Amino acid sequence: MAGSEVKVLGTWASPFALRVHIALGIKSVKYEWVEENLEAKSQLLLESNPINKQVPVLIHHHKPICESLAILQYIDEAWPSAPSILPSDPHHRAVARFWAAYIDHKLFTWLKGVASAEGAEGKKVALDQVREGLVVVEAAFWKCSKGRDFFSGAGIGYLDIVLGCFLGWLYVAEKRNDVKLLDEEKMPGLAAWAIKFCQHGAVKDVMPDKDELLDYANMVFQAMPKLNGQCPS
Amino acid sequence: MGEEVKLFRTWSSPFALRIVWALKIKGIEYETVFEDLSNKSPLLLQYNPVHKKVPILVHNGRPIAESLVILEYIDETWKQGPLLPKDPYERAMARFWAKFGDDKVLTSIWSVFIKQGKEQEEALVATMENLKFLEEEMKGKKFFGGERIGYVDLALGCLANLISIFEEIVGLKIVDEEKLPLFYSWMQNFAEAPIIRDNWPPRDKMIVKFQALLDAAIASSSSS
Repeated sequence: MAGSEVKVLGTWASPFALRVHIALGIKSVKYEWVEENLEAKSQLLLESNPINKQVPVLIHHHKPICESLAILQYIDEAWPSAPSILPSDPHHRAVARFWAAYIDHKLFTWLKGVASAEGAEGKKVALDQVREGLVVVEAAFWKCSKGRDFFSGAGIGYLDIVLGCFLGWLYVAEKRNDVKLLDEEKMPGLAAWAIKFCQHGAVKDVMPDKDELLDYANMVFQAMPKLNGQCPS
Repeated sequence: MGEEVKLFRTWSSPFALRIVWALKIKGIEYETVFEDLSNKSPLLLQYNPVHKKVPILVHNGRPIAESLVILEYIDETWKQGPLLPKDPYERAMARFWAKFGDDKVLTSIWSVFIKQGKEQEEALVATMENLKFLEEEMKGKKFFGGERIGYVDLALGCLANLISIFEEIVGLKIVDEEKLPLFYSWMQNFAEAPIIRDNWPPRDKMIVKFQALLDAAIASSSSS
């Protein structure tokens, strides 16, 4: 699009900002990434997202769009040429949106809960909850993928992006708690999907290195032990 | 055309109301199945095994759950009386406001109702901040959707009824007409709009129900 300017305000560790990276990559859209410092938010961020003051924000034609799921759908609609991010059939779109809501409201909340859980028993309960959530999503994976590589079929789409952005933070939770969450035996579909997702062309160059993420998480959680371990988002 | 549309709901669920309004605005014929959440039907459990909640829309045997997801499905399946705008940016803004409504506005207003003391005071402050953003968004518009009721109006619409019910039960003003004149007007316009006004659940039953919820919350917080 001649003269169109695309900017993304994000942080390298934010799984929600990663969603935007991947979606723009799928559509081969060129964009400028602005790395925000959440301790000292830029004027542009505060003006673009005055209500929540959070990343990610997509700025297109000088107009800001906030909330990662709204951004994903905007990207699909503003750049309608293939490949599509959401399926074309309304029922399949509804199924994808349903599971996106589950992943954000339930699974992600439970993942955050691992960081803020106290005591061995508290941690165990929190970790079990994440595993149960992943088992539910495993079943959804088989239904959506119908035996193909990704939730969306042959290529990655909405649900792959919505879940895949959390893989780094799942790894962090596994390492910090010395447990397996994405278990090849209990969730063979998701385990195989995760490998393929991370290797995908639109993902592999933008996904943060998981050990760098682990170092970052260790630093953040040690510096502020009482912080509700929110992924910067 | 042989379409079969069923809506599983309860008489009072504000989330189910969103779907009732959407279906009626679009003139879609449907069958209502009222659920008793203390005794959920096998069909409910089959159609929404993950959350076991209402509302559920079943279209030609295929279920969809989560009210905002259902609203978008209805809009994409039946094109008359569009709920979302056509322009991608306007659509993104509508989705943003609906999420803001669910995550922040409804949550803070519920806290004003169900909490006491300092927590209630804090919830009132948060509610005022949240409603100010909505007030700003209403400038120059009759409805959030513009001239016609749209997706955001349906998402927030339960407030047009619930706020006055909560105010009556707890004896607190939540929406002051002087401080939030545009939002106050929206509440009146929405509540009295055709279709909307015919589908509110009975007010006296709502007062009884929510009073009971508040009494239970107070009882459990004072016994802990």
